[in-house]
Amino acid sequence: MLALFGIKVGMTRIFDDMGNVVPVTLIKAEPHLVIQVKTKASDGYDAIKLGFGQIRKKLVSKPYEGVFKKANMEPLRYIREVKISEPDKFKTGDKIDVSIFSPGDKVHVVGISKGYGFQGVVRRYGFKGGPKTHGQSDRLRAPGSIGASSYPSRVWRGQRMAGHMGNKQVSVKNLRVDSVEPERNLILIRGGVPGKPGGIVKIVKA
Amino acid sequence: MLKAVESKHIKENIPDFKPGDNVRVHVKIREGDKERVQVFQGDVIACRGSGTGSSFTVRKISAGIGVERIFPLHSPNIIKIQVLRRGDVRRAKLYYLRELRGKKARILKKAKEK
Repeated sequence: MLALFGIKVGMTRIFDDMGNVVPVTLIKAEPHLVIQVKTKASDGYDAIKLGFGQIRKKLVSKPYEGVFKKANMEPLRYIREVKISEPDKFKTGDKIDVSIFSPGDKVHVVGISKGYGFQGVVRRYGFKGGPKTHGQSDRLRAPGSIGASSYPSRVWRGQRMAGHMGNKQVSVKNLRVDSVEPERNLILIRGGVPGKPGGIVKIVKA
Repeated sequence: MLKAVESKHIKENIPDFKPGDNVRVHVKIREGDKERVQVFQGDVIACRGSGTGSSFTVRKISAGIGVERIFPLHSPNIIKIQVLRRGDVRRAKLYYLRELRGKKARILKKAKEK
């Protein structure tokens, strides 16, 4: 499935034709260049390697530069690979931009969720915690019992406990494209998208 | 940054009004597939938000019952806002009017425009 990568800019609300308020996320997706086309014959699977964004000369290492040299192009900030079904539709140097999407399209958005660090069970899973009063102490945010006694004499796998929250890949499916602005490389998607503003998200055609 | 660019949905011809003012709001209303304009007249008791999300609350007494309506300031459904009277108030949110009845619930007219 054809996909594009962009930077989450932030959220705002706009009005649709009926005058309804619509929450939208702004994603800035600069034009992508095809660096390499991978096919079943050459690499065992069908995909295209995409590059996008500007990069300062200083940050380009020799091996990194080599990837682009092979395709005869200037180095780009990010390299990502997208699996596609028809690799012969693309060739090295092709440009792909936000105009592949049109208003009303359904898309999946994949991103890295906001990192919350090590969180207790109340914040991470919405546990109620313990009572504040009735002679209790140090129980306010405790998880409570984590299992039975002699059987099974262990904690079941999957028991929800405190731990690291967020900063992992999250997909949101079937969001609607509200509008696309190719002049500004912007795409407006109805609803929220994983991660903080400034994070990279992948927009996949659904 | 790009957010400012995005706000082409903001209306520019909004009259300047503040909490305490008496306003008449013309709203487009859709009933089935008919469209008509409804007028809502009352006192502005609150304004909030910025950008496309800003809204204001209008309160009126209709048949003895207090009615409040919250309008999105930049909604295309709002055709016109007329300011009928400026009010002299000292607060930004006039929620205290909800507890008051009759004479006390009046908002004094602003003596002079500055």
